Amino acid sequence: MNSTPGSPSETPARLPSSAAPARIATRARLPLSGYAICMAGICWREALRFLNQRGRFLSALVRPLVWLFIFAAGFRSVLGVSIIPPYETYILYEVYVAPGLVAMIQLFNGLQSSLSMVYDREVGAMRILLVSPYPRWFLLLSKLVAGIGVSLLQAYAFLAIAWFWEVEAPPIGYLTVLPALLLSGLMLGAMGLLMSSLFRQLENFASVMNFVIFPMFFTSSALYPLWKVQESSLPLYYVCLFNPFTYAVELIRFALYGQFEPFSALVVAGCAVAFLLAAIVAYDPSAGLMARRGGPEAAK
Amino acid sequence: MIDLAIPAPRDPPSPAGAPPALAVEGVTHAFGTRKALDDVSLTVPRGSFTALLGPNGAGKTTLFSLITRLYDNRSGSIRVLGHDVRREPAAALSRLGVVFQARTLDLDLTVTQNLVYHATLHGIGFGRARRQVLDVLESVGLADRARDKVRQLSGGQMRRVEIARALMHRPELLLLDEPTVGLDIGSRAALVAEVRRLIAREGIGVLWATHIIEEIEAGDRIVVLHQGRVRAQGAHAEVLAAGRAPDIPAAFLALTSASEEAERREGQA
Repeated sequence: MNSTPGSPSETPARLPSSAAPARIATRARLPLSGYAICMAGICWREALRFLNQRGRFLSALVRPLVWLFIFAAGFRSVLGVSIIPPYETYILYEVYVAPGLVAMIQLFNGLQSSLSMVYDREVGAMRILLVSPYPRWFLLLSKLVAGIGVSLLQAYAFLAIAWFWEVEAPPIGYLTVLPALLLSGLMLGAMGLLMSSLFRQLENFASVMNFVIFPMFFTSSALYPLWKVQESSLPLYYVCLFNPFTYAVELIRFALYGQFEPFSALVVAGCAVAFLLAAIVAYDPSAGLMARRGGPEAAK
Repeated sequence: MIDLAIPAPRDPPSPAGAPPALAVEGVTHAFGTRKALDDVSLTVPRGSFTALLGPNGAGKTTLFSLITRLYDNRSGSIRVLGHDVRREPAAALSRLGVVFQARTLDLDLTVTQNLVYHATLHGIGFGRARRQVLDVLESVGLADRARDKVRQLSGGQMRRVEIARALMHRPELLLLDEPTVGLDIGSRAALVAEVRRLIAREGIGVLWATHIIEEIEAGDRIVVLHQGRVRAQGAHAEVLAAGRAPDIPAAFLALTSASEEAERREGQA
């Protein structure tokens, strides 16, 4: 096609129309279908990036598998786990840690996507997202949903491999664990989102591991039941009790065996809402940290 | 239904009484005690090429952050086609196309994927977006690169893709923040010419931030921003008069150094 200026083939849709003012007046409100398109677009981009970064998927899978194959096998004989709900018989240590490792996948994923948002902000992709006419809370929520989608794929891939390692949940458990994974993914993703607004620059992932991931993981019921923690150290027990990650682990653990743990669900849902609201405030253009943070250097 | 999300056909260029593409009035913005912008007012008429001329650190990027609503202006008002950015952000942002100073394309995705992603952020459905991609790529002369990964493009081509992306939702105001930084002379001239053609063809208003004076032509409007303040604005001749200089480089130098001198004197007094 000829691209000379004013070529008639390029302009038909752009001709001025007498109906234009009326249409502009109605456009103050964005149509609902646009919201759906916008969220679908954000998820689609996340999926494309995911397909382009297979290394990230593999490393996200190898990490919990190392824990399962090596750590759990080594500790099998050291740690005896008595019968506690939701388990009905004596279980192998591998079976006990599997739900915690699923939660760990989501924890890593949530923080990794938050770090990628810090990176996005540095390279500017975040700004492209934020100049969308859709409300900012909706854009952040869409980003979160996209991240949860990726973490679900990783969690199920891990559960599939673990199944061959004799970590077998009842078949229905693989279905009932889905809502639990969605909720815990939402909480950990929202936590990552909040953290992404607090970081000014791309931090070293190692420091995030040291100061966030490992403390959260170790002070939870992921590796050992809480009654065991209580026996050995009462202060540590209380730390575990106040760690929201504990409840994510327990929610997943019960759901994997077809059971619903209401208290954990409540804590995880409450934390998810709190983290999400805080993140939305942090990204709000008038109240947010972005405005207070300093010059355009922080926002470029 | 989906059509509603796409900007309506734009008004004829500058009809009497129609609001300008961009109107910034009395905007002051401070980070802590440092004033990045001090009572800035400027206008970008529809169908105009307005150059925002200022040295590094003049406040150009802060102004762009406020117009694109990365954060809110605390004082004054910013209107895009008559829509206040704070009160009607959706209406303002949907009429606005931006090319940021930093590169903002996904290098591992194809040109088309980048453009379609952007279109969905403006509520344009996938099918419609895909059809539109070739149109906008053609307008920047890159239709043959639609399927290539962005990583394979040159710096100048990436910039043109970013302009094509900014045009996907048919904005009526286009902001470009130092778009020619890092480009060689040839691509720089081509890019400026490209944007001028767009103005002629589409009647959009363009705010082009730069510190490179050669990019300005005789018919352009010029806004000189220095240390957060507008030192002069208007047509070529008006800026020359304000700087009491025979040409723009001299006027620019006079306007930016005279104020520095005055401030130094103020500081000593």
